[in-house]
Amino acid sequence: MSSAPLLEVRGLNAWYGESHVLHGVDLDIREGETVTLLGRNGAGKTTTLRAIMGILRRREGIIRLRGKDLLSLPLHKVAQAGIGYVPEERGIFASLSVSENLVLPPTVSDGGMSVEEIYTLFPNLHERRSSQGTKLSGGEQQMLAIARILRTGAKIILLDEPTEGLAPVIVQRIGDVLMALKKRGMTILLVEQNFRFAKKVADRFYLMEDGRMVNSFPGHELDARMDELHEVLGV
Amino acid sequence: MSTIFGIPTPALYGQILIGLINGSFYALLSLGLAVIFGLLRVINFAHGAQYMLGAFVAYLLLNYLGINYWLALIVAPLVVGAVAVVIERTMLSRLYGVDHLYGLLLTFGLALILEGAFRHWFGAAGQPYAAPSQLSGGVNLGFMFLPIYRGWVVVASLVICIGTWLLIEKTQLGAYLRAATENATLVQAFGVNVPLLLTLTYGLGAALAAFAGVLAAPIYQVSPLMGTNLIIVVFAVVVVGGMGSILGAIITGYVLGILEGLTKVFYPEASSIVIFVIMAIVLLVRPAGLFGREE
Repeated sequence: MSSAPLLEVRGLNAWYGESHVLHGVDLDIREGETVTLLGRNGAGKTTTLRAIMGILRRREGIIRLRGKDLLSLPLHKVAQAGIGYVPEERGIFASLSVSENLVLPPTVSDGGMSVEEIYTLFPNLHERRSSQGTKLSGGEQQMLAIARILRTGAKIILLDEPTEGLAPVIVQRIGDVLMALKKRGMTILLVEQNFRFAKKVADRFYLMEDGRMVNSFPGHELDARMDELHEVLGV
Repeated sequence: MSTIFGIPTPALYGQILIGLINGSFYALLSLGLAVIFGLLRVINFAHGAQYMLGAFVAYLLLNYLGINYWLALIVAPLVVGAVAVVIERTMLSRLYGVDHLYGLLLTFGLALILEGAFRHWFGAAGQPYAAPSQLSGGVNLGFMFLPIYRGWVVVASLVICIGTWLLIEKTQLGAYLRAATENATLVQAFGVNVPLLLTLTYGLGAALAAFAGVLAAPIYQVSPLMGTNLIIVVFAVVVVGGMGSILGAIITGYVLGILEGLTKVFYPEASSIVIFVIMAIVLLVRPAGLFGREE
């Protein structure tokens, strides 16, 4: 494995209008790694993902994918560079069927899953492929939001709270899917509040507070750091 | 002579046909307006001027370059679509970040400039434009006499409306358009060039208006104000159908055209306001329009 990070973020500052929301965020993700951002609500986790994608436009600093600058690209070129985005609100389109939702994001490189492979991994989606996208249950919509990125051949997925509001059995299914993706060598940047879920899949953690990275540690240290985390996260 | 409710049937059929013709133009024009509004959230007041421009391009092509009706039916929408693309790139696209009212004001201003310029060059009177010889004359259907050109207008507008609907509902490009209408930022974050999609959509809407303009030229003559008279009714059609609803715009266009024709038979005094009365009632009962989704 190469030592140069796949995704490199240095001194990232970002603003919502006049309000300064990210303060010099540093972040590295190596190829094949699963990295989880932890932090309270409002700590800047979702904002970090949105700033990396370029949905949040007012940014300064460095964002590189395989050494290639992303900051100067228009929004649609970021996905084409190889980043897939699964938003917190899932973003399933009501005016598209399940299968139309699945094939909506354009392919960005070779090596994505075929529609058949995706339907094997998510049999529910195959069963309901002609339903309106938003008629799916919350869990199925989350599966669909992840599945449609797998088709594109993106090398890294930004996943924003995939387990939020879902029943434990569905959370387990999503965990299985992420483990399968890790085995395939997918790189994952995860925002997650669910510790037990994050512990299972994450190789490394970053801790955010008030728009700053305050700590980072490998996954196996999570248990040993629980006291410290409880203090920062207030859980 | 046979009658229905005391109305001679030839008169009834004649008005239904006129209603169907008007409905064809309502449908083509409101379809373009609905596509543009759905994605760009711009109320395109220049739509009537783009319709007029289509008719004038056909007129100029015929009289200065000898290009016939059939070619004009293809060339005029391309020319007007290209003009619209330039307008979108240089002016309209600067207004997406601000209140939708600015897009309306810009397109309203453009409509006034275009119509004023053509009035200056050609005068307010209509210029005749002959129907192509293949479509002149008429056929006796037994129950009524059908001028062939009018039958062609109904068929052509139906084909274009259904074709546009299929493009939007059944193709990948249409899926981009529908998805971007819901959440343009996310579609762009997936790697779709949404700014280009907006440009093409405005061009397509204007091209549809120009196509309607060429179809209209042999029926209504070519005049600088032909769009002004029509566009207010078309806006009422879009409101009744539901802002941004593609199928709603098409169906409402034809239905209101026919209702207007029938009103001319049964209560002529109300024929010029019937569409607006329907609009008022629909707005009271279903503010999002008959086919619109509540937001």
